[in-house]
Amino acid sequence: MRQYRAASLAIAAALIATSGREAIALPPASPVTPELVDAARKEGKISFYTAVDVEVAEKVAAAFKAKYPGIDVLVERAGSERVFQRVEQERVGNIANADVVNSSDAAHYIIWKREGLLAAYVPDDVAAFYKDSADPEGYYATWRATLSPIGYNTKYVKPSDAPKSFADLLAPKWKGMMVKGHPGYSGTILTATFEISRDLGWDYLQKLGQQKVMQVQSSTEPPKKLAVGERPIMADGNEYNLFTLKESGQPVDVVYPSEGTPFISSPSAVMAKAPHPNAARLFQSFLFTPETQQLLIDVGGLRSLHPKTKEHAGRTPLKEIKLMRDDPAAVVDKVDEIKANYAKYFGT
Amino acid sequence: MSFDNLSAAAARLPGARHRGPLGRLDASKLAFGVCALVLLALVGLPLFWLGVSAFTNKSGAPSLENFARLFTDPTLLAPLRISLVVATSVGCFATLIAAPVAWLVARSDMPARRIVRALITASFVTPPFLGAIAWEVLAAPNSGLINVWYRGLYDLPPFVHFIDIYSIEGLIFVDSCYAFPFVFVLVANALDRIPADMEDAAAILGASGWRIIRTITLPLALPAMLAGALIAFLRSLTLFGTPAILALPAGFHTITTKIWSLFQYPPNPGLAAAASLPLLIATIVLLKAQSWILGRRGYVVLGGRSGATRRVELGAWRWAALALCLLVLCFPVFLPYLALLKAALTKRLGEPLSADNLTLQHLRFVFFEFSPTRLALRNTLLFAFVSAVLGTALALLVSYLATRKAVFGHSVLGFLATAPIAVPGIVLGVGMFIAYTRPPLVLYGTMWIMIIAYVTIELPAAYQQLKSAFSGVAEELEEAGRILGAGRLRTLKDITAPLLRTGIITAWCFIFIGVMRELSAAIMLFTAETKVLPVVIYDLNESGDLGAISVLGITLLVLTFAVTLLANRLPGFGAPAAGAK
Repeated sequence: MRQYRAASLAIAAALIATSGREAIALPPASPVTPELVDAARKEGKISFYTAVDVEVAEKVAAAFKAKYPGIDVLVERAGSERVFQRVEQERVGNIANADVVNSSDAAHYIIWKREGLLAAYVPDDVAAFYKDSADPEGYYATWRATLSPIGYNTKYVKPSDAPKSFADLLAPKWKGMMVKGHPGYSGTILTATFEISRDLGWDYLQKLGQQKVMQVQSSTEPPKKLAVGERPIMADGNEYNLFTLKESGQPVDVVYPSEGTPFISSPSAVMAKAPHPNAARLFQSFLFTPETQQLLIDVGGLRSLHPKTKEHAGRTPLKEIKLMRDDPAAVVDKVDEIKANYAKYFGT
Repeated sequence: MSFDNLSAAAARLPGARHRGPLGRLDASKLAFGVCALVLLALVGLPLFWLGVSAFTNKSGAPSLENFARLFTDPTLLAPLRISLVVATSVGCFATLIAAPVAWLVARSDMPARRIVRALITASFVTPPFLGAIAWEVLAAPNSGLINVWYRGLYDLPPFVHFIDIYSIEGLIFVDSCYAFPFVFVLVANALDRIPADMEDAAAILGASGWRIIRTITLPLALPAMLAGALIAFLRSLTLFGTPAILALPAGFHTITTKIWSLFQYPPNPGLAAAASLPLLIATIVLLKAQSWILGRRGYVVLGGRSGATRRVELGAWRWAALALCLLVLCFPVFLPYLALLKAALTKRLGEPLSADNLTLQHLRFVFFEFSPTRLALRNTLLFAFVSAVLGTALALLVSYLATRKAVFGHSVLGFLATAPIAVPGIVLGVGMFIAYTRPPLVLYGTMWIMIIAYVTIELPAAYQQLKSAFSGVAEELEEAGRILGAGRLRTLKDITAPLLRTGIITAWCFIFIGVMRELSAAIMLFTAETKVLPVVIYDLNESGDLGAISVLGITLLVLTFAVTLLANRLPGFGAPAAGAK
């Protein structure tokens, strides 16, 4: 138990640095009452905009439906940046479609909160366990986390030959051999690109851009391209698909680069104009329960900040990994620069 | 009284041809007014808003800033150039392949002609983005099945490849595969309509087979070929799905994917609108050129007395011709669908089919676990049906008014009905989004914005189809009707429309299929409640879920094919002339 707590503390430390202020007391928690469940059941439906891998999202939805029969979950899965684009379009169009929104670009929540799109709602578990990874005013909390490590296909690359660091990816032998996600589409990749450019400099990304990297969009795709052998090396992409693929017998493995691995937190929030406000709150509460969090770990390969969860055997515990910290507030101001530089160095 | 006598009588009456614009007031004026208004709203409103945003800067003041950037920024110029290269190549290749195949199917005694036609319809029905995904499965440089097979055949090391679909050449190839049926349908329909009389006359006068083709068949099919090449060019220019799937992994943009990226946060709709104006201008110039080249020639071939078409006997070459057609069909149909089928039914795509590798997991996921499936299926079919009905009616009226020069301003109507082809779906989507999220018509979030988008986008194809069908029907037939006292609309209903049956069904199918294939505007305009299958497939592709994509893609194809076949067989509506399609 101790070690899990330690792991979450390590992340918590990263997150505190992130928000740039002391964690203050959250607004009071809203417990799941029978009245809430009844009201949610009357609404009968919840629309979940998420950037998590679609199979993971559907498994979470199935677990919710099993626990609360009669409430349907419509999963709307797209990359974080497209989720953002859609929420923005719906705001302009004055349409309220989304109930609960999950994006891997934590900067989105700062913007949404500023625009008044979110409802303050603090589930029990968030109040008890997420003090350090929740919005101080209770508008959102980190539902899940993942890393953006390096990956390789074990059929084509021996562990001893695999790159050990980001710097190794610049070796001539990996030219034309890599795949990566796109920051214009994926929040995970945008966050990772931000952290890498901050810690290693744009110079590194410029050189990577000359390596003839295969460009895909979502951070969930590089692991899949790796598994089918389309490219033997993944320059970025998410850790959780690597885990699930590896554990289902696909020939992929993870490398935590020596410079540090980008850490990506992925909050979740209830929308202020949620068309199914009660079901939305019930669902948000459900997302943070230890059971759901454990499901994310076991089935989804994700990292959880809930201290009552157990890390999965065979995966490197978070506390043993050197992390690059995330900084959503800084990302908000740097989006333009990141995208312009990226277009310049990678062509798309 | 037969048509022969009627038309002869009509032709003898002085002034019969010229009463059009000055004719007595009838319902056609009203129809014109309605058409003009509808078209203006459909096409004009989004274009107006695009224009506004192209010529204003971020703070909303009038400015040429966007154009200055468009013509100086290399990250915008390169995509523009690539798009032109790709679209020109696609226009040429598609026509070069489609014209001979169309001739073999329509005018020769090649065996299995109907099967070949049906298979070409299958490639027509295939959404280009689905074809692109299938070609990724086949020809991605390392995991592509063809490359895996090639390495196995020659015992080559990993990462040596035969073809790389992630390239400009790959993009041109896949684009051509799914543009070629557009040209085919137009050319084959034109060839169907060429009566045997002229060819027989030439044959009687001693012309050889080739000479007949060169001097009679080819000139008569030329307008359709040019129209087809033009459609292939413009389709390719404005296509979004295929380049998004094939160009991005290769690290380059086409103009449509670039425009799409301009809507990512922070969005820059002004620049995107400016980037789409060159496309609009290029299209207008091309359409003008087309009518200038063809304008002076007469192409009325379905006159009062029409003979049956005559087929050229190929002798022993019949089988070689069939083999050629089947080879051509490998690329848009056989190979991609085999690849999709394999992806739908296997756990590990790259490995051979074996009991251990087979799975129903993807089917189960799509139909029982994946929550958007049912809603998207229902939406797609509903939107396609409604759009096809409304779009055909509109295209019929407009093409009638335009080809018969029935009212003052008919050329404006023709232009408006053709203009959407110049606007990339994605840009139209944005224009519509701006136009329909504000009063008086707040439609965003409803099914109507989707239907308006579909009708607008598919209108040019339906209009071209019906217009070329109209120019194949002699005006004398209508004039005869009008002399006997029928108004323009009644003539249209009782004389022209039945003669145009094939054309109308084709136009309906064009729109229906078009909706099933449409991605670029839908992706801007859908909401959770109005999500359609192409968007679902595109979303799944962005996260690399090939199994689910394949299941949904095959479902989409089967549904489209079923509906198209049904439309062609409806008693009293489809069967005789259209049976071939």
